[in-house]
Amino acid sequence: MGGSSAISNIDPIQMRLLEEVADLHETPAGAYNIRANGQMAARAASENIEIISKEDGTGIDIHIKPGTKHESVHIPVVLSQSGLSEMVCNDFYIGDGADVVIIAGCGIHNGGDKDSKHDGLHRFFVGRASRVKYVEKHYGSGDGKGKRVMNPQTEVIMEENSYLEMEMVQIKGVDSTKRATKADLAAGAKLVIRERLLTHGTQFAESSFIVNLNGEDSSANVISRSVAKEDSTQIFIAEINGNAKCAGHSECDAIIMDNAKISAIPKITANNTDAALIHEAAIGKIAGEQIIKLMTLGLTEGEAEAQIVNGFLK
Amino acid sequence: MLTLENISFGVQEDSKEKEIIHNLTLSIDDHKFVVITGPNGGGKSTLARLIAGIERPNQGRILFNNTDITHKTITERANLGISYAFQQPVRFKGVQVLDLIRLAAKKKLAAADACTYLSEVGLCAKDYINREVNASLSGGELKRIEIATVLARGTKLSVFDEPEAGIDLWSFQNLISVFERMRDKTDGSILIISHQERILNIADEIVVIADGQITAQGPKDDILPGLLGTASAVDACSKFYKGGQ
Repeated sequence: MGGSSAISNIDPIQMRLLEEVADLHETPAGAYNIRANGQMAARAASENIEIISKEDGTGIDIHIKPGTKHESVHIPVVLSQSGLSEMVCNDFYIGDGADVVIIAGCGIHNGGDKDSKHDGLHRFFVGRASRVKYVEKHYGSGDGKGKRVMNPQTEVIMEENSYLEMEMVQIKGVDSTKRATKADLAAGAKLVIRERLLTHGTQFAESSFIVNLNGEDSSANVISRSVAKEDSTQIFIAEINGNAKCAGHSECDAIIMDNAKISAIPKITANNTDAALIHEAAIGKIAGEQIIKLMTLGLTEGEAEAQIVNGFLK
Repeated sequence: MLTLENISFGVQEDSKEKEIIHNLTLSIDDHKFVVITGPNGGGKSTLARLIAGIERPNQGRILFNNTDITHKTITERANLGISYAFQQPVRFKGVQVLDLIRLAAKKKLAAADACTYLSEVGLCAKDYINREVNASLSGGELKRIEIATVLARGTKLSVFDEPEAGIDLWSFQNLISVFERMRDKTDGSILIISHQERILNIADEIVVIADGQITAQGPKDDILPGLLGTASAVDACSKFYKGGQ
């Protein structure tokens, strides 16, 4: 964390949020756009990646040139001002044959009594034969009474033979979240979604996925692992529609603890005889034998539980 | 090292108390390899669970290195130096073999050091170290990993509950050599519950338990001849032909 490379107009709380959501300790390499308390705090483009503010001021457009290889884009958002509510629309245009990593994420620190809210709409236009890895982490902190609310919406259009891997993580401190992800896949496109979620206290999280497998040999794998503790509530909805010869799989695996509530609602629809679709959903508490095994290794019951949850969400 | 004094243990069944262990007294000395055998349902596994602290006796006391551990928790006993290998090892989604061995060793072992424990139980370490301890592992693989966690702990007393249960013949033949090596190398005492003649054959001492009581106890050479040909000392093949444990 060299002094010269620290991001100048970012305060220490925001810096900590950036570390949590984007693993950023200093100015990232490659293209980036950092949004803090509703305003652009830093931005850089690269030769192949351009970031432009939308004319109506609602967000940014990210253009990645065809054939761009091994570059990354960081677009974290941090909120440290209590009571701030914002809606951001970001569009990603990924050129044909590109191979890039996009790191998004949102961190809210709410030390005040008013609710802080970040709603985002991310749209991905994934070009032919391109490969994209998208990582999104959500994190909340602060001991004010105000709630930390995030409602991300994601829309994905995948062109022929493109590949998109989405990793979405929300482990701590977000009071309420309603996540909606929708994807349309052309022939040969492949989508992999890995979601990890932990809720505690009285938190509420809803996550819904609608995947339309429209093109021949398209495939999707939606995997969710979640832990609901204390009095929290989770709803997981996975809908896969097979409209061509395709392969779709969704899996929801949840650990329920204390007084939590979890609903898993998988839905698969085949509109073509060559659509192969599978859904799996399982909800259960930590097995007593698992705790006992770790206790025979010298862990306390609490340590054993933490290890099991940790491993499950890794 | 370990002394069980007048231990009794029962469970409630159909609102009646069913006694599984009856007034049992047993001592395991330092540096001994002891095998407990006897008919199924005789109370052997219960005895192992009582030693590990998973079950608590209704009567009697348990001493470990002169400390009364009767009322100590599983965790406390583990930290005093008792290890216990499950008859049916537990699976954990997401937890890798390396994580489990590190937890067992109670230190952040380098992957290479963790690998030595896997090699010890006959697993090619690099193929397994990053595997999850989940349903993708076979019964035999899981059993070996379970034994590796006990090796990694390196405690004064290691208790193994029927290491032969639930694995195939080929895996079992290989496991016997693991116990043979352990017998030669270990610094502490080993207590194994087993019906297998080849395991009984490497024992210093054999204890026969039936109906919750010790019916015979002594050096291997005194006890084993009387057991051969009975269900308490089966050769590896008959276990699989008869399909029994």
